[in-house]
Amino acid sequence: MTSPELVCPAGTPAALRTAVDAGADAVYCGFQNATNARNFPGLNFTVPELERSVAYAHAKGTKVLLAMNTYPPAGKQALWKDAIDTGIRLGVDAFIVADIGVAHYIATTYPDARLHLSVQAAASNPESIRYYCQEFGVKRVVLPRILTVPEIRNLAAEVPCEIETFIFGNHGLMVEGRCSLTNYITGLSTNLDGVCSPAAQVEYKRDNAGNLTTQLGEFTIDCFGCDETAGYPTICKGRYTTPAHDGGYYAFEEPISLNLSSLLPDLIGAGVHALKIEGRQRSRAYVKKVVSSFRKAVDDISSGRTAQLADLLALTEGQKETQGAFKSKTWR
Amino acid sequence: MTQHSATLAPPKFRPHLPVLPLFPLQPILKRIVRRIGAENPDMFNRLGPHTKARYLIDATNLPFTLLLQPDPENLSLTAHFRTSPPDHDARIAGKFLDLMRLLDSDIDGDALFFARDLIITGNTEAVVCLRNALDDVDGSIAQMVADMFGPLARAALARLRRVANKPVTKDTQ
Repeated sequence: MTSPELVCPAGTPAALRTAVDAGADAVYCGFQNATNARNFPGLNFTVPELERSVAYAHAKGTKVLLAMNTYPPAGKQALWKDAIDTGIRLGVDAFIVADIGVAHYIATTYPDARLHLSVQAAASNPESIRYYCQEFGVKRVVLPRILTVPEIRNLAAEVPCEIETFIFGNHGLMVEGRCSLTNYITGLSTNLDGVCSPAAQVEYKRDNAGNLTTQLGEFTIDCFGCDETAGYPTICKGRYTTPAHDGGYYAFEEPISLNLSSLLPDLIGAGVHALKIEGRQRSRAYVKKVVSSFRKAVDDISSGRTAQLADLLALTEGQKETQGAFKSKTWR
Repeated sequence: MTQHSATLAPPKFRPHLPVLPLFPLQPILKRIVRRIGAENPDMFNRLGPHTKARYLIDATNLPFTLLLQPDPENLSLTAHFRTSPPDHDARIAGKFLDLMRLLDSDIDGDALFFARDLIITGNTEAVVCLRNALDDVDGSIAQMVADMFGPLARAALARLRRVANKPVTKDTQ
């Protein structure tokens, strides 16, 4: 069985080294600005940090993929072009892009550069994927988390590029890359140009009984009872009162993480070329545990052994995990 | 944002520490924080505008709290009795062993938060920046501290690690 590439997250240089040492085939990361969709405070790479990190990764045979997966506002493309020029100079192995203008700039200015289509582009059918391949020479598509394994198998047979799927981490599948809920609440940018739920507008309040209320701006997202596990303070994972339901209701998504450990053989058999772990905003401890666990599982499967799957539940959002749409379209 | 709590919840469990004056602890804390800052100057860049923020580090089962101000020009870590917590901009609270495991890079902060074992209040962005700054320090900060104080400190850390990785019992809660 062909061994897929294990693509792992890094929010800091130390996390990148941890991922490389834990067995990543490729690490994805981004600059400290709006060019990447994890533009969180204190996270990401300066140019000198990325230069040293590329050298570290390449010395150990690991690729570095530069996330350039946001949408430049009209007339403000200079930041993205500069970041791309820098990435080329530093020798990154591929650019992960979503915006057609960004893709066009790379394809025309650096025709030898390798392009991966970000999940932020939300391309999920043969027609849209073929468009990016034909127009910009995209070599790999990162699929949205909305397809079943049989659908991925069929898709793989119809598109002229590699397929990458998420296997662990955030389970946010709201027309990925196009979500404007945070912008609606805060008036600030969304994933479109670099941050979701800006931390400066997040507030946690804990009452004397131990109940935890999370707020974004002026809006309450959730209130966790003292015996409930908590989730991230994102609008899409909020619990709201609606006329359609009694009591609080997860109207969009639930605080839960994707874990496809047990579907790995099916994904590999379906023709998936690369398996992606989400979590650039997570710690080195997370990176080490998750990457090493999936490294071992992928190696076991590729060698024809039964994978020993580590228990990763403690690392999942709300300490709950799902196989989401990969298993069934009726997961909720 | 400035927060001041008149009192913090008393610790449910106190390790075998006698209640002593805190002043002998202050120069040790100062030495620790200045050494770590000197050896990892890049981490201050990740704090962005929050180098002047005052972080209350509250190990909820210890009789005192710590106040960290990660200003590279005047790095400060001081101990304060729980009964008179200082003004602060953000509070990070959890059991001592959990906070130690965070500094040991042995456990994920988000996982602790999901489990409700880590409490964050106040300036969330300042806390996120501090978390990312500390997480970019290679190796273990807990080990760095132990190494500063020689074999006995290293043995103490090794013992704490063993305790931290044991299944939870009544005594460690």
